[in-house]
Amino acid sequence: MPDQADIMLTVEDAACWFDVSPPWLARVVERRPRRLLKAVDGVSFTVRRGTTFSIVGESGCGKSTLARLVVGLIQPTRGRLSFGRVDEAAGAGAAPRVQMIFQDPYASLNPRWRVADIIAEPIRELGLMRHSVDIEARVAELLGLVGLARNDACRYPHEFSGGQRQRISIARALATQAHFLVCDEPTSALDVSVQAQILNLMRALQAELNLTYLFISHNLAVVRHMSDEIAVMYLGRIVEQAPAEELFAAARHPYTRLLLDTIPDLEAPNRSRAPLAGEVPNPIDPPAGCAFHPRCARAVERCRTETPELRTIAGGRAACHLVEQAA
Amino acid sequence: MAVDVQAVAPRPSRLARFLKGDIAWSFRKSPVAVGAAVVLIVIAVTAFAAPLISPQNPYDLKQLFLDKAELPPILSKDGEWPYLLGTDPQGRDVLSAILYGSRISLAIGLLSVALAMTIGVTVGLVAGFFGGRVDNLLMRIGDTVLSIPTLLVAILVSAVFRELLPQNMREGFSAAILVLSIALTGWVQYARTVRASTMVERRKEYVLAARIIGVKPSRIMRRHILPNTLTPVLVAATLNLGLAILSEATLSFLGVGMPVTQPSLGTLIRIGNQYLFSGLWWVVVFPAVQLALIVLSVNLLGDWLRDALNPKLR
Repeated sequence: MPDQADIMLTVEDAACWFDVSPPWLARVVERRPRRLLKAVDGVSFTVRRGTTFSIVGESGCGKSTLARLVVGLIQPTRGRLSFGRVDEAAGAGAAPRVQMIFQDPYASLNPRWRVADIIAEPIRELGLMRHSVDIEARVAELLGLVGLARNDACRYPHEFSGGQRQRISIARALATQAHFLVCDEPTSALDVSVQAQILNLMRALQAELNLTYLFISHNLAVVRHMSDEIAVMYLGRIVEQAPAEELFAAARHPYTRLLLDTIPDLEAPNRSRAPLAGEVPNPIDPPAGCAFHPRCARAVERCRTETPELRTIAGGRAACHLVEQAA
Repeated sequence: MAVDVQAVAPRPSRLARFLKGDIAWSFRKSPVAVGAAVVLIVIAVTAFAAPLISPQNPYDLKQLFLDKAELPPILSKDGEWPYLLGTDPQGRDVLSAILYGSRISLAIGLLSVALAMTIGVTVGLVAGFFGGRVDNLLMRIGDTVLSIPTLLVAILVSAVFRELLPQNMREGFSAAILVLSIALTGWVQYARTVRASTMVERRKEYVLAARIIGVKPSRIMRRHILPNTLTPVLVAATLNLGLAILSEATLSFLGVGMPVTQPSLGTLIRIGNQYLFSGLWWVVVFPAVQLALIVLSVNLLGDWLRDALNPKLR
């Protein structure tokens, strides 16, 4: 267990349920029941300071909801999120500043604002600086930090490419003097060559500013490049968690293995692999027992009835009856 | 929100960029839009400069001469200078009355559209941003307003205000009452337009980013969402200007609008209507033509603006 001072974020049994019931009239007239979408259902993990914790999973498994929980855009239905303290210049411990990098670089910048105003907004809003000369200098510094030119400040977002816009997003997040960045698929909308640039920039910034990342992606290659610790999510729950290299070397959960199997391999482009059968079940009406059993090649009777718990095993945690039996 | 970044090369001014932009280009390419704009500018300038350029002040009794009454337009046999469009039975110059009347009509139209837009945009922003009960309440109020015919609401509002105000103040406030009653029925359209685009914008990631930074909702609505919802509002406002001027004319024609002492185009048409069968056609036709010209050119401009701002039609 890591040292207490070393922990940036602790999530304990966090759940986020959405009420997706039909309108009141339809419920009464057509006798349709209330329905709950359990987007995140009992997730616990800790993120250590200065590291990258990644969450992977298919679309609809609740990773974006988890990201929004962490930045406080939505409140958890159950459970707790607590942040470690960071030392401010004043000496007193304060809650870390949490910022978010979004997936779509075309929607994450206000199209009517100049870049200078976009990056300066948090500085003004949080009252970090008073004088416009200071703010201007800080904006120029931030632009330099993310690899953009100083005179990009007076241009509009539409004049930039996707990768450049993502750099502007990062600059805006850093303008708050953030300690903790939640990155929700920051590179999935970018070209592969640009992806690498952005990821390398993020790693460089992490080393330079001692940032902590919660990195959310469906791209395992990207996650491997970035992560210290990886959690695999399926239908609102974590099914496996392990240090990055361990997960790639010896995945235990059948779902993780399936995901790893889908990574294209340059060395063996035609190797036979089990296709990722089926789709993610409807989270409003999840299967009984282990949520993964309808797609699992190795499912046994017990998987259909009993929900496996996330248990600590050598090198990480996994939620699978078979792994439990093997251990 | 302008940050002056002096260290970089100067950029062309807003006006210069606008003149080079798509909108200005599309304007120059559209003869209808240019024509409508020219007509509207001429009408507006002559209307607001009426005291300076009109041959007489039609409301100054000292300038009216009964021996000049019922003169036909200058192009007919009995026409007389300077009564270009003839005179009415009180010896009032029709052209001067039209200029003064257009001034009142345009002012009431512009003010009521501005007021309706302010109410509608605010309601739409609040309803779309907060959603839920607030949204429901505001939109049901809007539905109620829409379910009553515009004219009826306007007549009701002006009747109520007329009763509330003492006799000697009624004439002075009639323009304000008209503006209010037209705006009170017109705001719903803006509210609906703005609500729809606000609901789209507030889910966009730049708004989420601002919320994470901790920007207050009122500020997010004003600085982030409002500028991104204004395009359809401007189109609606232009098209509604024509409607507002028409509503004003209708109310004045019905006798619940501007009084005879400060006639708008609608009042002039109502007065002229009485003389139509005595053969004094010019007293009613020319104000009506002016009204039609204003509404037509405003509508043509609105149509052009709607197409010019629609990226799919470029």
